Amino acid sequence: MSLLEVTDLRVSFPTADGVVQAVRGVSFNVERGQTLGIVGESGSGKTVLTQSLLGLTPGGQISGKAMFDGVNLVGLGAKDLQRLRGKEIAVIFQDPLTSLHPLYKVGWQITEMIRSHDKSITKAQAMNRAVELLGHVGIPRPRERVNDYPHQFSGGMRQRAMIAMAISLSPKLIIADEPTTALDATVQAQILDLLLRLQRESDTALLMITHDLGVVADIADNVMVMYAGRAAEKATKRDIFYQPHHPYTKGLLESIPHSSAARDRLRPITGQPPSLINLPSGCAFGARCAYVMDRCLTEQPPLVPVGDAGEHRSACWLPPAAIGLDSETEDLRRQAVALGRGDRAAKVAEAIAAAPESEGSVIV
Amino acid sequence: MSDQLISQASSASDASADADGDTLVRVENLVKHFPVRGGGLISRTVGQVQAVDGISLTIKRGQTLGLVGETGCGKSTLARCIAGLIPITSGKVIFDGRDITNLSRRAMQPVRREIQMIFQDPYGALNPRRRVGSIIGEPFAIHGTATGAERKREVQELMERVGLNPEHFNRFPAEFSGGQRQRIGVARALALRPKLIICDEPVSALDVSIQAQVLNLLSDLQRDFGLSYLFIAHDLEVVRHVSDAVTVMYLGKVAESGPGDQVYEHTRHPYSAALLSAAPAADPDAAAARQRIILTGDVPSPINPPSGCRFHPRCPKAQELCGTTEPALESKAGDPSTHLTACHFPVEAGENLAAAGRKDQQ
Repeated sequence: MSLLEVTDLRVSFPTADGVVQAVRGVSFNVERGQTLGIVGESGSGKTVLTQSLLGLTPGGQISGKAMFDGVNLVGLGAKDLQRLRGKEIAVIFQDPLTSLHPLYKVGWQITEMIRSHDKSITKAQAMNRAVELLGHVGIPRPRERVNDYPHQFSGGMRQRAMIAMAISLSPKLIIADEPTTALDATVQAQILDLLLRLQRESDTALLMITHDLGVVADIADNVMVMYAGRAAEKATKRDIFYQPHHPYTKGLLESIPHSSAARDRLRPITGQPPSLINLPSGCAFGARCAYVMDRCLTEQPPLVPVGDAGEHRSACWLPPAAIGLDSETEDLRRQAVALGRGDRAAKVAEAIAAAPESEGSVIV
Repeated sequence: MSDQLISQASSASDASADADGDTLVRVENLVKHFPVRGGGLISRTVGQVQAVDGISLTIKRGQTLGLVGETGCGKSTLARCIAGLIPITSGKVIFDGRDITNLSRRAMQPVRREIQMIFQDPYGALNPRRRVGSIIGEPFAIHGTATGAERKREVQELMERVGLNPEHFNRFPAEFSGGQRQRIGVARALALRPKLIICDEPVSALDVSIQAQVLNLLSDLQRDFGLSYLFIAHDLEVVRHVSDAVTVMYLGKVAESGPGDQVYEHTRHPYSAALLSAAPAADPDAAAARQRIILTGDVPSPINPPSGCRFHPRCPKAQELCGTTEPALESKAGDPSTHLTACHFPVEAGENLAAAGRKDQQ
């Protein structure tokens, strides 16, 4: 049994302008000791998805199922969720300065965390544990630094302190939401190394949310690519990078600069993500997709197995065999498009080609 | 003595560049210190933040110089000094053959037309209460170069040029997406037909698919208008993609500079090597095969920079000499004359710094 099994999770927010469908039926599993990377752009729903699991999305309407170690997180009361947070599931956020309280010493914040979940631990014991934890995450002279305020720490050290807090109660799952985005490359490397080391030591499962494909390539075992509140593609890391099926995944991979093709023209994805209030009836990516077919405009593609391995799934109407970035696969895609593209899709494709790089409509 | 060496090295490499007149910007031994004032009744200067400490570089016409370094290395301060936004402590900025160091406000005014900036946060850089047309038209108003209907026509041409719908002239910044807002910033920078645009992390806040759109736009504009860019970013792949030449900064000094291929493929400075090895590669096999040089500790304070080579406390190759003598920025044996490195013990081809670093840590 997986540690976390999420089935058909939906989260929506009623607003004055209409209902924002932030997460629209997402299923995934996280295994013990493994890392699942969730990749997506701003507004793809990746953060809302994980926050809804922990009851951190007030005002959101949540449905579906999220079995964590035998307990359904959806519908769990505030008190039960609070007991789980920190003890069983810990979260590391992007910005460690706003996650740490500026007026309390770092050590005090860690002991508070420990003692709020286990009252039998004395303050002195908790403080010793805090020093030990800070040392463990690589903060020099932890016995002195434990009495520092967050502003006395550098960005990398604050993130280390957050990680120390996250692991203080030996959680089974750590959710890291863009943990290294605000950090410099050399510090990012240190933090990723630290997360991997801690994971190996204690068999913790890691759910890594990021927009950075480089981070995913580094530490994920499996990857889920999200687009407009749904999973576009799910596979092992290697399949996502070398055998992508969904045109959005392919587009993401092609739009990042590669050292091998320095100074060549980049190939961005045209247009911008749709508004989550009035979603198109078919595939949400249809209006930006170079392979758009008639079917894509009316029917939402289900997440189905593609390629040869059963674990690789993609939500796209292109033939399941069309995986990879080579020219033969490209021929396969072109053939499918030639058959499946009628007048309607041809018009959309024309619009995409006519505005190759400028962004489409204004978001209101 | 080391400063002398640096200026010698740079003037040697500049002499040839200046001769054929293709140098747009020449920065000579630029120093920018910020005073640190103590508390108490009478505030007095108790120290100096040595943000930029003796930097020399050149930007060629129609080319892009990439500036790389971590938070606090002084790259944004350097950019502001070149743009004339903050006074310089010492050193020189020569723009288009003219010394523009610490010019008066009035004397600087015509120069400002030719040097423009694009900032990281496209929303923070635009006044949310003003319509896009008036934001892009502001440079014309300030410099009195176009008014009324002519200004509107110019603004709409600019909007079209950067891929915005000219009919959206009357909208507010809030009505645009992040990528479109950055296009507004680009249109405003372009309004007075500058020669140099300083791009300070222009795509860092954008999603990858949108980032590629903006990078392509910048490269089109460079081709069409013969622009020079000073391109600051922390994403090394992005910098490599756009730059002809790259300068790596560490704690207010140049660690390494040279043509992009040289700096990336034949890296000589251990800091550049560490930075490159730490950059995430969107390729699992490359990521697995790579030997990461994990630097220990944090960047030291620029108020009390380490003696000798400023990188020596974190350097896997540091020896006694590094702590006492500052290395000169010079071309090392086997490198072309344009590839400069400030290191006593530069990285040799095939050397494995990752192993050296590990050993040190244990």
